[in-house]
Amino acid sequence: MREREVPQEGNRSLAGHLKAVYAIADDGKLRLVPSRGWEVEEIVTRQAVEDLEKRAIGARARALAGETSPLEYHMYRARMDVELLSQTTGLWRWRVRRHLKPKGFARLTLALRLRYAEALGISVEALGKTE
Amino acid sequence: MPETFVHAHASHCESGVMSSLLSHNGLPISEAMAFGLASALSFAYLPFIRINGLPLVAYRMPPRAIIRGLARSLGLDMRFETFRSRSAGMERLDVLLASGTLVGLQTSVFWLPYFPPDLRFHFNGHNLLVYGREGGEYLISDPVGETTVRCARADLEKARFAKGALAPKGLLYYVAAPPVAPDWARLGRRALARTARIMLAPFPLVGVRGMRMLANRVERLPLADGGESARLYIGNIVRMQEEIGTGGGGFRFLYAAFLQELAARTGYTALEGLASRLVEIGDRWREFALAAARMIRGRDALSTPALAERLRALAADEKLFFQNLNRAQRAWAR
Repeated sequence: MREREVPQEGNRSLAGHLKAVYAIADDGKLRLVPSRGWEVEEIVTRQAVEDLEKRAIGARARALAGETSPLEYHMYRARMDVELLSQTTGLWRWRVRRHLKPKGFARLTLALRLRYAEALGISVEALGKTE
Repeated sequence: MPETFVHAHASHCESGVMSSLLSHNGLPISEAMAFGLASALSFAYLPFIRINGLPLVAYRMPPRAIIRGLARSLGLDMRFETFRSRSAGMERLDVLLASGTLVGLQTSVFWLPYFPPDLRFHFNGHNLLVYGREGGEYLISDPVGETTVRCARADLEKARFAKGALAPKGLLYYVAAPPVAPDWARLGRRALARTARIMLAPFPLVGVRGMRMLANRVERLPLADGGESARLYIGNIVRMQEEIGTGGGGFRFLYAAFLQELAARTGYTALEGLASRLVEIGDRWREFALAAARMIRGRDALSTPALAERLRALAADEKLFFQNLNRAQRAWAR
């Protein structure tokens, strides 16, 4: 890649930041060139983000219909899965899965709610809601 | 110390941290040199490690390999500390900063508020430098950012003690004694041999053979759901190759910069031709990324065999390249 070929397409996913790439300058030497982004990178980054958002929106609709607990929505919103939520809270995976069901979630003690809220980076009040 | 520390923008976090850390301690070394001497270039396809249901595809050695590799090959007096308790980890950081030490940290990306929201995934192998503290805020030099940033204590604590794969456990590191300039030619030659050995390794998931394995997997991706899961799968490959922290072309351009610099420093000009060849290969990787992205967006019809074919061609190119690199390394008169 030549220096003048370095994409400067202003990626949304970089949010105004510049990323450094290496490219060949006119003297034939490779040099660090700040890039405002490449559309290809934006496509694949947005694809991954949108996949997680889709899961969160789906979980929210099911939580409002009473088919799942708000915890599932918050889990996806924090870009986690059961595995990671279990590791972050230090709870067994089967316990997390139980709490993902409305019945299991309703029975949560305050201590466990606090643990989930801390792991997800939200308040205890927010944990019970889906907004 | 805030007055004397110089922030440098880098393409990859770990090599950038080591470049700044060593330069600050009196051994000027570029990011590319740090990356290459640590033999950080690689390829691995690890289907049994899954992140959000997608397999791990890596274009470089695992996190911490650059720091540990450089510490070993340069004979650095580096200290590494991890912590069971969060408060102990933060207190230790404060003590080191108060004594004027430049401290490296391993963190999660997700809990760093200054990162662009779209790039905040649960990746725990990020590295950054802390060069000071003002009240409840830490002064941070994150190599992938163009300027220094500030981070609140609570956020930094959360990022240092994130759980999950590659959990940092509060890891901090610093240079305890000034490093001495090494024999660049000897180290360089050894680093080239190591990278060639990994890329040509006779194991199916690593190096050139890992690329072929991935090609076979891509070719057989199920398309029953209209290609949605296949698109996520190939998108993941491209993300690991092009997203922030790679220098573009799956680290190939960064390694080419290392070859060029090593040639200039040691006078072994055979490496210059190899650097140019690797830039061409990096461009082929970017063409693969472009073709994949067009299929993801539906601008071109999804064709997994076409992508697999590109991966196989890249595997063939790289096989030849690393054989030549190994030959050049052997012919390097010492």
